[in-house]
Amino acid sequence: MSSKKVVLYFAADITDQPIIYRLVKDYDLVINILQADINPQKEGTLVVELTGDNFGPGIEYLRRLGVAVQPLTEEIIQNEEKCVSCGACTAICPTGALYIERPDMIVRFNSDRCVVCRLCVKACPMKAMEVRF
Amino acid sequence: MTVEKTYQEINERIKKGQAVVVTAEELVSMVKEKGVTRVTSEVDVVTTGTFGPMCSSGAFLSLGHTKPRMKTHKVWLNDVPAYTGIAAVDAFIGATEVPEDDPLNSVYPGEFRYGGGHVIQDLVGGKTVRLKATAYGTDCYPRREIETEITINDINEAILFNPRNAYQNYNCAVNLTRRTIYTYMGMLKGNLGNAHYSTSGQLSPLLKDPNFKTIGVGTRIFLGGGVGYVVWNGTQHFPGINMDDSGTGFGHAGGTLSVLGDLKQMSPRWLAGTSMLGYGATLTVGLGIPIPMLNEEVCRYAAAGDDELYAPIVDYGEQYPNFIPSNLGYVSYAELKSGKITVNGKEVPSAPMSSYSRAKEIAGTLKQWIQKGDFLLGEPVQLLPNTEAGIKANSLKG
Repeated sequence: MSSKKVVLYFAADITDQPIIYRLVKDYDLVINILQADINPQKEGTLVVELTGDNFGPGIEYLRRLGVAVQPLTEEIIQNEEKCVSCGACTAICPTGALYIERPDMIVRFNSDRCVVCRLCVKACPMKAMEVRF
Repeated sequence: MTVEKTYQEINERIKKGQAVVVTAEELVSMVKEKGVTRVTSEVDVVTTGTFGPMCSSGAFLSLGHTKPRMKTHKVWLNDVPAYTGIAAVDAFIGATEVPEDDPLNSVYPGEFRYGGGHVIQDLVGGKTVRLKATAYGTDCYPRREIETEITINDINEAILFNPRNAYQNYNCAVNLTRRTIYTYMGMLKGNLGNAHYSTSGQLSPLLKDPNFKTIGVGTRIFLGGGVGYVVWNGTQHFPGINMDDSGTGFGHAGGTLSVLGDLKQMSPRWLAGTSMLGYGATLTVGLGIPIPMLNEEVCRYAAAGDDELYAPIVDYGEQYPNFIPSNLGYVSYAELKSGKITVNGKEVPSAPMSSYSRAKEIAGTLKQWIQKGDFLLGEPVQLLPNTEAGIKANSLKG
């Protein structure tokens, strides 16, 4: 069972529909909402991580409704030249993607666990965590 | 038999390439295994290290004269103001200075992407830095302005002079309020969301010579990747003993060092410009001090492990900013390094602000320098005040 991160764009006419509920109920997908935003024109953007065997049919359902689906291509990288392994990011990373390898106390980054929340990008004192598109 | 060694004896062994040098981390396990007496006689020098953000750092730059001559009145390096009220072409660039057009915290929390610490790292890395200066003009120094580019090699002197570095011990910072706060101890989530500490514990220089029995004016040290010296106690040097409410002691704290060295022989790997979100810019400094094993007492203190060294837990949400004495208990560096501590009955993730792996590299590098015979110990011409001096902190009224 794989997890995929996607960006969903909703036009204003469908933002009132229980789409996420349907993905859970009808397609048995585990949904982790990474980012959600509705603009003043009532259009919405959702960044979600979808996990489940029915990922493909679920995406088809969304497209049928007129939701634009794009794979999440944004990722965070650890610039190892700049990182000094201070550790300042490790207790604020919400998913444990940034962690300290003991006993050497080296800061490691597991991008598979990263949800691109960007907390580390802001908090890193060395500006060693970078967003890549 | 009591072991007593002198600086001269140890330096003779260093010159012959015969000195036995271990890092403070290695000493901890050695003493547990062999005991203090044996280790004191076997080991000549113990090396320490720390690599963390250290405000109260900066560099004196002597820029060289212009033609016609100019007595600089205002100086900027990559738009960061430097202090020049010293002499015609001398300036001091402070680690926490930021450009005049920096948005600061007007868009909260401010990013502070570039400041004096970054200028120092750029200079020491050999990068070109934009220099702008203005002057009011005098008969002997008529020129009024200059805009040019410099590198560290173009200027006459570049002296790193950090008035307060190498804090002996430091708080473990937490946040008891409900909102996230942005401090010099990093981003602290509300409701005890995380705990940040900032020393290298068992590798930390002043925790390993807590009574200042060997460190003093003239101690030769690893500074910013090069050789530097302890030149005085640091500012805010208040050596004391941490106590809890019942009067139980939790070790030494409060000592600081004033250090100096030739910036031209240092390295950007060990002097890194640093941006603390919502707080400001600063410099992360690599600093390591050799401790001569003069006698068993010096060895015993240097052998304290992370499980014997403690940091006070302090609330940075309400108490620290309002200067209200705060003590939520003490926590050992062994617990802090494990990644989880308990505060007010709650399990809190803990993380360092100072790099233990880099601290270890500093202690290892200093060990190699001494083993090779390149680096002799500087015998202090004067030791620094310790807890016995009873120095009390003043605070401003008003």
